[in-house]
Amino acid sequence: MSTHVGITKSIDGLLLWLYILLCITGIVSIFAATYNEGDDILNSFLSFRTDYGKQLIFFVFSIIIGVVILLTDSKFFTATANLWYVAGIILLLLVFPFHSNIKGTESIIKFGNAFQLQPIQLCIVFTNLALSKYISRTETDFTKLRSQLIAAAIVVAPAVLAIFQKETGLALVYFSFFLVMFREGLPAIVLVIGFSFAILVVATLLLEPNVLALILTGIAMITAYFMRKQIRRHKSVLFWIIAIWAVCVGIQRFAVPFIFDHVLQPYQVKRIYDTLGKDYVPKDAAAIADIEKNATQKKDDGNYNVKQSKIAIGSGGLLGKGLLKGTQTRYAFVPEQRTDFIFCTIGEAFGFVGSIVFISFYVIFLFRIIVIAERQRSTFSRCYAYGVASVLFFHITINLCMTMGLAPVIGIPLPFVSYGGLSLITFSAMVFILLRLDKDRQMVLR
Amino acid sequence: MPVFNQSRQNFIRLIFGATFLIIVVRLFVLQVVSDKYKMLALDNAVYRKVVYPDRGIIFDRNGKAILNNTIIYDLTVTPYEVKKVDTTFLCKLLGIDSTEFRERIISAIIKNGRYRPSVFEGLLSLELQARLEENIWRFPGFTLIERPIRNYLFNAGAHLLGDIGEVDTAIIRRSNYFYQMGDFVGRSGLEQYYESVLMGKRGVQNLIKDNRNRLQGSWEKGKYDTAAVAGRNLYTYLDIELQQLAEKLMAGKVGSVVALDPQTGGILAMVSGPSFNPNDLTGSARRAKYASLVLDVSAPLMNRATRGLYEPGSTFKPMGGLIALDMGVITANYGVSCSGAYYGCAKPIRCEHSNPGHAANVRLALANSCNSYFSQIYRLSVDNNKDRNVKRGYTHWKDYMNAFGWGQRLGVDLPNELPGNIPDTTEYNKDYRGSWNSCTNVTLGIGQDKMQVTPLQLANAMCIIANKGFYYTPHFVEKIENETAKDTLLNKFRGKHEALTHISDQDYEAIHAGMQDVVESGTARSARIPGINICAKTGTSEKYTILDGKRIKLPNNSMFVCFAPRENPKIAIAVAVENAGFGSTWAAPIASFLIEKYLTDSIRTERMKEVERISNTNLMPSYLRRKQFVADSTRAYFYFNLRKDSSYIRKYLRGYTHNESTPVKKATPRREESGYVNDDKQFKNLAAR
Repeated sequence: MSTHVGITKSIDGLLLWLYILLCITGIVSIFAATYNEGDDILNSFLSFRTDYGKQLIFFVFSIIIGVVILLTDSKFFTATANLWYVAGIILLLLVFPFHSNIKGTESIIKFGNAFQLQPIQLCIVFTNLALSKYISRTETDFTKLRSQLIAAAIVVAPAVLAIFQKETGLALVYFSFFLVMFREGLPAIVLVIGFSFAILVVATLLLEPNVLALILTGIAMITAYFMRKQIRRHKSVLFWIIAIWAVCVGIQRFAVPFIFDHVLQPYQVKRIYDTLGKDYVPKDAAAIADIEKNATQKKDDGNYNVKQSKIAIGSGGLLGKGLLKGTQTRYAFVPEQRTDFIFCTIGEAFGFVGSIVFISFYVIFLFRIIVIAERQRSTFSRCYAYGVASVLFFHITINLCMTMGLAPVIGIPLPFVSYGGLSLITFSAMVFILLRLDKDRQMVLR
Repeated sequence: MPVFNQSRQNFIRLIFGATFLIIVVRLFVLQVVSDKYKMLALDNAVYRKVVYPDRGIIFDRNGKAILNNTIIYDLTVTPYEVKKVDTTFLCKLLGIDSTEFRERIISAIIKNGRYRPSVFEGLLSLELQARLEENIWRFPGFTLIERPIRNYLFNAGAHLLGDIGEVDTAIIRRSNYFYQMGDFVGRSGLEQYYESVLMGKRGVQNLIKDNRNRLQGSWEKGKYDTAAVAGRNLYTYLDIELQQLAEKLMAGKVGSVVALDPQTGGILAMVSGPSFNPNDLTGSARRAKYASLVLDVSAPLMNRATRGLYEPGSTFKPMGGLIALDMGVITANYGVSCSGAYYGCAKPIRCEHSNPGHAANVRLALANSCNSYFSQIYRLSVDNNKDRNVKRGYTHWKDYMNAFGWGQRLGVDLPNELPGNIPDTTEYNKDYRGSWNSCTNVTLGIGQDKMQVTPLQLANAMCIIANKGFYYTPHFVEKIENETAKDTLLNKFRGKHEALTHISDQDYEAIHAGMQDVVESGTARSARIPGINICAKTGTSEKYTILDGKRIKLPNNSMFVCFAPRENPKIAIAVAVENAGFGSTWAAPIASFLIEKYLTDSIRTERMKEVERISNTNLMPSYLRRKQFVADSTRAYFYFNLRKDSSYIRKYLRGYTHNESTPVKKATPRREESGYVNDDKQFKNLAAR
C-alpha cells in the first residue's frame, strides 16, 4: 500500500459529491427559510450575521476539518479510538457542573455568547470509533454474550448520561448502534424483542388497559391452541407462553405507566401522545408547567409545529411553489424551520418531485455506505461504516417522520441540512473519517 | 465469523428500503393525494381584506344631496408597538384614567392579538381628532384610521332616511352568508329598503400575512383581487326644505306629518314626532344617544308616519260620503235633520252642531262635520238593500275601505309598515258571537270604533280623492342612478292603481266642494290661503291610556287631511298631532304652512310669526313623564335585583335627594347587610305600577 498518495486518490467520489450536494441543499434551504425581503444576499452570505451565512462558514470549516482528517494516517483512528471515547465521556460528565439551560435541555456547555458545545453530539463519533475498535479486537469473540454486553455498555453509557441531561432525542440515536452489532452477530432475537416492545408500548397508549390485556390473553390462548402438540411433548413450551404473556401484561400494566410517569418528561409524553393522535391529560400543575415551558410558541397547542409543518409540506403539491415562494415557510408559520423542521422548506418549495429527489440523495448515500462497508478488509472499518450508516439512517428517518407527523417531535436534526454548526461538523467529521478509512480499504486495521 | 453474518447486510438494506418507502408513501399522501393542506396553507397565509365601497348618495327633488358620506376617525392601537407612550397625556386627551387605559390595551390584545390593530377609541369627535393628530408622534403604536360614516346634510329626515349599523347573526343568516361579521347594512328607513342599491359591490384584496397576522403585501400580485364598486345614488321626491319646515312645526309634539304628490305618489315630506338629529347616531355620541332614545317612552325611534296607528275620526268622513254616494244609497242632495245628536241607535251619538239645516246635503254635512249625517249614511251603506244582509253589506263597505288603501299595507319603500285596521266581519262575529248589526259599529261612520290608520294611509286616501279615483303607491325614490332592467325595486311604484275610478266625477265634485267649504267657511278656516283652493277635513279623535292601572282620558288627537289646489292637486297632506285638542287648532295650520311653502315656495312674512309660535309650543303629553318614571324605576329595580347594587334605585326612593358627590357606582353591598331587604315591598309596588 502506498502511503504517500494524493489526497483525492482512491477516495469514494460518489459519497463525497453527495455530501457536498446535501450540504449545499442545506444552505439553500436555510436561506429560503430565513431570507427576508430586501436583504443584500451577497453581503449576508459573506457576513456572519445571517443563519445561511453562518452555515456557509460552518461548511467551509467542515471541509477544512475533512482535509485534515484525510491527511492523517488511518491507523491514527484505530489507535486513538478508546482515547476519544474516554475524552467524550469526560466531556459528558463535565456537562453536569458546567451546563447552561437552553431550550429545556441541560446538555450544552456555553463558551461566551458565540460558541456552544453539546458533547453528546460529538460523542456519537467517539462511540462509533470505540465500538468498532472493541468489536474488531482479535480477542473479542462477538458470539459470546459477555462481549455483546460490553459492546452494549459502550453504546448505552453515553445514552444514559444524555437522558440525565434531559436530551432524550439524541440518547435514542445511540440505540441505532444495535444495528451495527446485529450486523456483527448480535442474535436477531434482540431486535425482535426490541421491536415487539415498541409495538407493545404503542398499543398500551392506544388501547384501554383491560382491552389490551384481554387481547394479549386471547393471543396467548390461540398460540397455546395451535401449539398444543408441542405442548403435549414438552410442558416447558406452555411455561414459555405463559411467561411471555405475563411479561407482556406486566409491561403493559406497570412498566409503560412507570416510564411515562417517572422517566420521561411530561412534555415528551405529550409529544408522543400527539403523534398517536391522542389527548394527553397532565397529572398535576408541575406537568402543565413543564409542557408550557417546552412549548415552542405561545399558541402551541401541543402539535402546532407538526400541524404547520404538515401544512407546509402538504401545500407543496406535486411540483412545489418554487424557492422563496412558499407562504408557510416565508412567513414563519413553522417554528424551528431552519433547524429540525428544515424539510418543510424543501417540501413546500419543491413539492413531491423535489422531495423525492432530495430523499433519494440520502438513500443513495446510505446504500453507498453499506457498499463501502462490505468492501472493507478490516472489521474496524466495516463496523465504523455501519455505525455511520445507522446513525445517519436514524437521524434522517426520524427527522423526516417528525416533520410529517409520523414520529413524535424529539428534536434531532436532519444531517448536513439542518442549521447548526456542531451538528454539521460532527456529521462531516464522521463522513470524512469514513472516507479516510475507505482509502485504506485493503489494509487490515486493528 | 464475518462470512457467517454476511447475509445480514441484505436485511439491513431491507430495513433501510422499507423505512424510506413508508416515508415516500406518506409524502405522496400529504402532497399529491390530499389537497386539504393547500387550503390550510392559504387559510394561514392569505388574508382576504374586504374593501368597502362608498354608499350611494340620496338626493331630494331639487337635486340637493341630503345623505352622503363623510370620514370620521378611529384611534386604533397595535399593542405590540406600544412602547414609551406618553400615557398620562393620552389619558388626559381621551379623558380616561390609567386603569382604563390598561384595560383597553388588554381587551385589544384579547380581541385581535398583539400584532394587529384594534380600535382603542372609536368615532372621535372633530376636536379630539385634531388634537390627537397633532400629537400622534408621542404615541407609538397608536394610529388614526379613517372610517366612512353617513352624513345627514340637513339634520333632517331621521326616520325616513334611516341609519346603518353592524350586521347581526340573524341578518347574516338571512342574507345567506353574503354579509360577514363587521359589515354595515341599512338597519332602517331608505337605508334598509334600498340596501342592495346603496351598498354597491364589495371588493376583495388578497393580502399575505405572516405567522403573527402582520400583513406583508399583496398575494399573487393582486391577480385575484376584485375592485369595489361604489353604491348607486337615489333620487327622491322629497323636498328637503318642506321636510325641514314640517320637522320644525312638529318640534315638541307627538304625531306625524305626511305630504304626498298625488300625481306621482311621491312623498314630499314625512315627519314623525318626537324626532331626533340623525347625525347624533353616526358620530362619537352614538352609544349614549342611542340608549337614551331607546329608553324614551315617547318612542322617538318609531316612525309614526308608517307605524303610528290613529283613529281617523272626522277625517274619514269624505270617504264615508263617497262610499254612500257610489253605492247609490244617497244622492248629493240627501239631507238629515240633526238636532245635536244621532238617535238612530240605542246610544245617541253627539254632534257639534244643532242648528237645523246644517246637514241638508253632503256638502253642508261635510263642511259642518255632522256626526248624525255620517252615522246615518254609514248605516245606509252597510244595510244596503242590494246586499240583503248586514254582513255582506259590511264586507262590501270594507272592500271600499281597502280600495282606499286602509286596513292593508300600502307597500311604501320603508321597512316595517303597519297595515292599520279595518276590522273583518269575523272580528265582529267573534266579539258579538255572530249577532251584530249596523248599530253595533255605527261609530265606524265617524271614523272611530276599531278603525285605525297610519298617517301615510290618510294622506294616500287624500290622493285618491284628489285624483278622483286613482293613486300611485306612495314612495320616496323617483329613480336610481344607472337604473337597468335588473332593478325591480321601483317597478311596483310605477303602476297606476285605478282603485276607485268607478266613482263618478260628480260624486267626487260634491265631496270636493264640501271639503273646500271646510276651509272656506267650516272648521278649518285657519288653514285658508288666499288664491289657493284647499280641500280639507279636520278630525278630532278621543284618546285613552292606562296609567298606574287606571284608564284615563287624554286630550284629543288633532287630525287634519287636505289636498291643494282643488283643480289640479299638487300636494296631499295628512297631519296627526297627539293629545293636542281640536284638529283645527294645531294640525290645520301645520298643513296650511306646508301647502303654502310647497305651492308658493315661501311663507308670507306675516305668517312666519305663527310658524315660530307653533314650532315653539311644546305639546308633549304630560302623562309621558309619569310613564317615563315608571319605566325607569322598574328597570332600575330589575338591575338592582340582578346586580345587588343599590345605586341603581337610590334616586327612585321616596325622599331620597340625589347628592352629586355620591359616587354612582359603589362596591356592591351584600344583600343581607344592605338594609334594603325591608324595602322590598316598596320596590315591588313600584315595579307593579
